[in-house]
Amino acid sequence: MNVLDSLYVYRRFLGVSIRAQMQYKASFFMQLGGRLIITAGEFMAILVLFDRFDSLIGWNVYQVAFIYGIVNISFAVADALTTGFDLFGDMVKSGDFDRILTRPRSTALQLAGQELTLRRISRLTPGLLALTWATMNLELNWTVANVGLLMVSVAGGASLFAGLIVLQATLAFWTTETLEMMNTMTYGGVETTQYPINIYRPWFRNLFTFGIPLATVSYFPALAIMGVPDPLGTPLWFQYVAPLIGIGFLLMSLQVWRIGVRHYLSTGS
Amino acid sequence: MISYWAILSARFRSLLQYRSAALAGLITQVVWGLIRVMIFQAFYRSTNAEQPMSGSDVETYIWLGQAFLAALPWNIDTDLRALIRSGWIGYELVRPVDLYWYWLSRALSWRTAPMLMRAVPLLVFAFVLMGMSPPVSVGAGLAFAVSMCAAIVLSSAITTFLNVTMLWTITGDGITQMTFGLVLIFSGMLVPLPLYPDWSQPIINAMPFRGLVDTPYRLYLGHIPLSEFAGVLAHQLVWILTFVVAGRIAMARALRRVVVQGG
Repeated sequence: MNVLDSLYVYRRFLGVSIRAQMQYKASFFMQLGGRLIITAGEFMAILVLFDRFDSLIGWNVYQVAFIYGIVNISFAVADALTTGFDLFGDMVKSGDFDRILTRPRSTALQLAGQELTLRRISRLTPGLLALTWATMNLELNWTVANVGLLMVSVAGGASLFAGLIVLQATLAFWTTETLEMMNTMTYGGVETTQYPINIYRPWFRNLFTFGIPLATVSYFPALAIMGVPDPLGTPLWFQYVAPLIGIGFLLMSLQVWRIGVRHYLSTGS
Repeated sequence: MISYWAILSARFRSLLQYRSAALAGLITQVVWGLIRVMIFQAFYRSTNAEQPMSGSDVETYIWLGQAFLAALPWNIDTDLRALIRSGWIGYELVRPVDLYWYWLSRALSWRTAPMLMRAVPLLVFAFVLMGMSPPVSVGAGLAFAVSMCAAIVLSSAITTFLNVTMLWTITGDGITQMTFGLVLIFSGMLVPLPLYPDWSQPIINAMPFRGLVDTPYRLYLGHIPLSEFAGVLAHQLVWILTFVVAGRIAMARALRRVVVQGG
């Protein structure tokens, strides 16, 4: 009952937000076009480099496109669903967050439903195209387990990115400003993990495996689905369970968020 | 002339106030540079074939790109947008200066001040810790300096053109995003231009965007020899002139039918 009710409220929030954005159609489509050029450009860069260099330490272009697809689809979903958290710093500064606290719904739900920025979905297009194109060329063995693993890793990836964005917003409870620098973790994380992480230096690779565990929702499950043994030597069972870490990360972030809400002192303006 | 100089330097000083934003930007760009350098190193380790640009040249190219990132035409002047939205643009029109040169002066400091604050520490970092190489010769260094100035003027002319389009669209976000997408792809920020396929080189070279990034950096590296300096500089100047003329025409058109909002 409670969950259904939350979902219903959430859907209404999103409907309002989408209708609002459609009021400025020309601007909306130009922004969408601009975003598409940028994200498509990033994928084109991968194609250009493979055209020059043939391989990336043993990886071929389809394998990289496969990983690129998973990471970008995950991020697009998370990014679109968490716009409200991006605006959170301003809400704390202006005192608008007080209004949210007075409403009989959870704060996280209200913020997530604050705005669904449609143009952020632009990242989804190159992600889906890359994944489709890679799948058609890789001759994958689509067992039930692998289809499930793909879905779990996208869900895990979206959760992990959403968790990072929530954590970033949580800082505003203490600093009254969301730190721009935290964007390095999300956007930098996308940039890093859209390539196989074994190409990086060990300290950097460890950072994105153990610190900000983005590799666990892209690289490891992708290896299992593609049937490629890990050059880093992780066992197959680990590659199957790794994406669950992303979901755990989101749950942990929401706990930290709750601690933040409990410590919240209004700026009073 | 004095009045434009005053606009430029006043704006410059006010922009130098945002130091903590500059520090955050600096760290972001160091991380970004590291990621990109490692990706290119991995690609270069995968091949023995001769490439159009050496691996160490690409690394220096990437660090230069991070250092001078803020000089790219990546956003519009939000102060001007506020003026247009509120109708206070009317005051701008009665100032005893040419509005186009006034906006271009603003754009020049808007592109230079934040860039300088980031470029100096980032270059120091890249030289000391990342093994970035200095200009290949004194002549190359001077050619780079001249060409980099032209790059900033070109970027400012493009920015001003985007600002002028706000007189029609009011938001300006859409066209700015689209322009920035083209800038990223065709300037060399995403992939150094010599690495693009050979067939695409003539097309990319004709476009204005290489003048923002690729031209000055390759002069620095000696990848464009000094004998070609006059030619590539002329390419930058022609495009600066094009954007200035286009901006002036667009502005004149817009002002003829201007309706000031607000009361």
